[in-house]
Amino acid sequence: MRKLGVFICHCGVNIAGTVDVKSVAEKIGGVGDVAHSTDYIYMCSEPGQQIIREAVREKGLGGVVVACCSPNMHENTFRKAVKSQGMNPYLCEIANIREQCSWVHQKEKGEATRKAEEIIRATLEKVRRNESLEAIAVAIDRKVLVVGGGIAGITASLDLAEGGYEVILVEREAALGGHMAQLSKTFPDLDPGSRGVLLKASEVEKHPKIHLHCYSELEEAKGYVGNFDLVIRRKATSVGGGKCTGCGLCIENCPVEYVSEFERGMGLRKAIDTPSSPSIPNQPVLDRSHCRYFLDGSCHRCEEVCPEKAIDFKQEDERISEKVGAIVVATGYELYPKEQLGEYGYGQIPDVIDGLAFERMLSPDGPTKGKILRPSDGKVPKEMVFIQCVASRDPDRYMPYCSRICCMYTAKHAKIYKAQVPDGQPYIFYMDIRSDCKGYEEFLQKTIEEKGLLYLRGRVSRIFQDDGRVRVLGVDTLTGKMVEIAADMVILATAIVPSKGVKDLAAKLRATVDRHGFLTEAHIKLYPVESSTKGIYLAGCGQSPKDISDTVSQASATASKIQALLSADKLLQDPLIAFVDEGVCSGCGICVEICPYEAREMDPRRGISIVHSALCQGCGACIASCPNNACELRNASASQVLRVVDTFVA
Amino acid sequence: MNRKTEGMKLETGVSMGRVESSFLETVKRKSGENLGLCYQCLKCTAGCPTAPYMDIRPNSIIRMIQMGMKKEVLESSAIWFCVYCQTCGTRCPNKIHIGILMDALREMAVEEGIPAKEKNIHLFHEAFIQSVRRGGRAHEVTMLMDYVLRSRDLMTGSLIPGIKLFLKGKFPLLPSFIKGRQEIKRIFEKCTKEK
Repeated sequence: MRKLGVFICHCGVNIAGTVDVKSVAEKIGGVGDVAHSTDYIYMCSEPGQQIIREAVREKGLGGVVVACCSPNMHENTFRKAVKSQGMNPYLCEIANIREQCSWVHQKEKGEATRKAEEIIRATLEKVRRNESLEAIAVAIDRKVLVVGGGIAGITASLDLAEGGYEVILVEREAALGGHMAQLSKTFPDLDPGSRGVLLKASEVEKHPKIHLHCYSELEEAKGYVGNFDLVIRRKATSVGGGKCTGCGLCIENCPVEYVSEFERGMGLRKAIDTPSSPSIPNQPVLDRSHCRYFLDGSCHRCEEVCPEKAIDFKQEDERISEKVGAIVVATGYELYPKEQLGEYGYGQIPDVIDGLAFERMLSPDGPTKGKILRPSDGKVPKEMVFIQCVASRDPDRYMPYCSRICCMYTAKHAKIYKAQVPDGQPYIFYMDIRSDCKGYEEFLQKTIEEKGLLYLRGRVSRIFQDDGRVRVLGVDTLTGKMVEIAADMVILATAIVPSKGVKDLAAKLRATVDRHGFLTEAHIKLYPVESSTKGIYLAGCGQSPKDISDTVSQASATASKIQALLSADKLLQDPLIAFVDEGVCSGCGICVEICPYEAREMDPRRGISIVHSALCQGCGACIASCPNNACELRNASASQVLRVVDTFVA
Repeated sequence: MNRKTEGMKLETGVSMGRVESSFLETVKRKSGENLGLCYQCLKCTAGCPTAPYMDIRPNSIIRMIQMGMKKEVLESSAIWFCVYCQTCGTRCPNKIHIGILMDALREMAVEEGIPAKEKNIHLFHEAFIQSVRRGGRAHEVTMLMDYVLRSRDLMTGSLIPGIKLFLKGKFPLLPSFIKGRQEIKRIFEKCTKEK
């Protein structure tokens, strides 16, 4: 029989304030196989761990129960402590008497003490039948997939490539840069946004360690941390063979024009075109849904003019298989869709546009060459209304969260507007001003002081067209007065939402998203760049709305986390996974169907089901579904669980 | 702030009226205070000893100037209640001295011929200024006599605290004059001429 040790932590007053730890330690000490039972103010502290180490060594313990906080907190701490004394770490278990006892029963001290004792007795039952286990070592593929070629994906890729790792960068659009390539200037330094990101993008393009796949999507992802198997689909660009020199003759000669998404509907693009100019890579893509060759076969102009014979109408989508060890999801954001907003005349009144459209208008390479002109008649707007929190901070109808960047970019917009139209008057409707990063508040105050913006505190109630102007009705809550503005133009700071297709991608990667579609991190504070699925990392607005500085910081953090992961020789995995009693398994295959991690497979030779130890996450789905009870979970076998339950009901 | 205001109308009473466009600029020039910086933290109003008696609180006065509400501001009793103790200006995170601002507003109200909302309050101000003119600093007893004569208000309610202050020696019977009375005189002459 194993000699067991029980160590009860006071956690200051967190546990001891509710549970009578001394009496519990005394009672547990009376259990037959418990050779050591004691309590201490902080077991996780160095002297606390020393108590455990000494007891294991001197009493020759064969199993340890630490009654303390959640195993998420200190299971590792105590397992390491017992391991240092030569004990198998999987013979040490945590009895959670804080979160599951003292914290929830603060008013029932007697009951809490009794429950704590039962939790410890039950955990002892488990430890008596625990096996000694070894961590599973798995080989690692030292490559990284980065999904998304905006500033987040670009930063993560460059950091990883500089660290010596091969990177596969997949971007859905035809060019790198994401939304940052659409920006005129960025706050708080008024640096040109597009130039900054395109400089970085050209580094990506040239980097020997980065394999760039634009106009491509991740089609399949299988496997697990260290060993992902991917299929990337390169969509047919109809421009091929590495022949294109980017001369632009095809673009000039293409007769088809339609509204450009990059210019937010304010400019036109050709059916064969680069999404922006300049564009990295500088290679046009033929959009088959608009090209006349594909619609009715009537046009071959691009093919005729191309001096390099690079146009290939017969090109097909290409599927590329890759193996990587980690994945960065940097899928970014988009603005709340016009179609769903239906407020403020967005999408109906031509002079009501969103912040990104205004960015294009302010860009020297944009549809108006940087001039602020009303979309309806091309006149310079003299009365300019900016509305913040459009579809943000509106839990009832739209998005409950703050989109974080709107306060600052609206101030920036108003500042640039006032510099360009000195006799113009910007009005800004806001609810609160949030300027919480380095230099932001100063930027904002300076803008207000110098540029004479009129901030009106309150939401706009109504916007309508009237005699060529846009009438804006609202209230200034600081004076309590109604306000009516006959505006020439209205800029809406619409909410940031996750970009399209994130949910599908997350499902492929088995990563989770929150109810708004933002990817969820493993822990908001302690593991902010890891997703809850091992090996999947997050960067940028796909996780939550954030500005460029925060996005770049997060992307770099992600890159260094991945470098730490990939620098190990082997990955060590928890051995608490499923195993099969081969004599009992009938080979029915239900477990193969039900396993969400593709960790179960039939062995055709023996006619039984086997477990891929590297894939199994120990979720227990196969165990619950096995009709013969042939599967068990290591150190959580049916007999252990039943004995634990017995302890509670006895 | 160079505000074009044909674009904005503000609720006044029951109807929407045009905003007074140059008011903010004028007040800024006259007071020298950068009123655009105010972010309505209300530190001024929170510490103002006379705010409870004002019809419009100091922070709202600034906001109304920003909004061009000239009539409401100049007709308010608030601008006359300010005793220039400078608590607001000392505490303001944006260095706005509301005391100086209130002075400028009073001056504008007088120039525009807008009667002070509080009865006789401008006479009190006049008595104060004249007292300073005479001796270079205010002398309470003669100043109050001056005020009583101007207003025919016997200030019966203020008698008891007055006596208390007198008994504590806070009200010297005879005025004490400062050394630079000639300079004071010149200041007054210059100000009157500039006006």
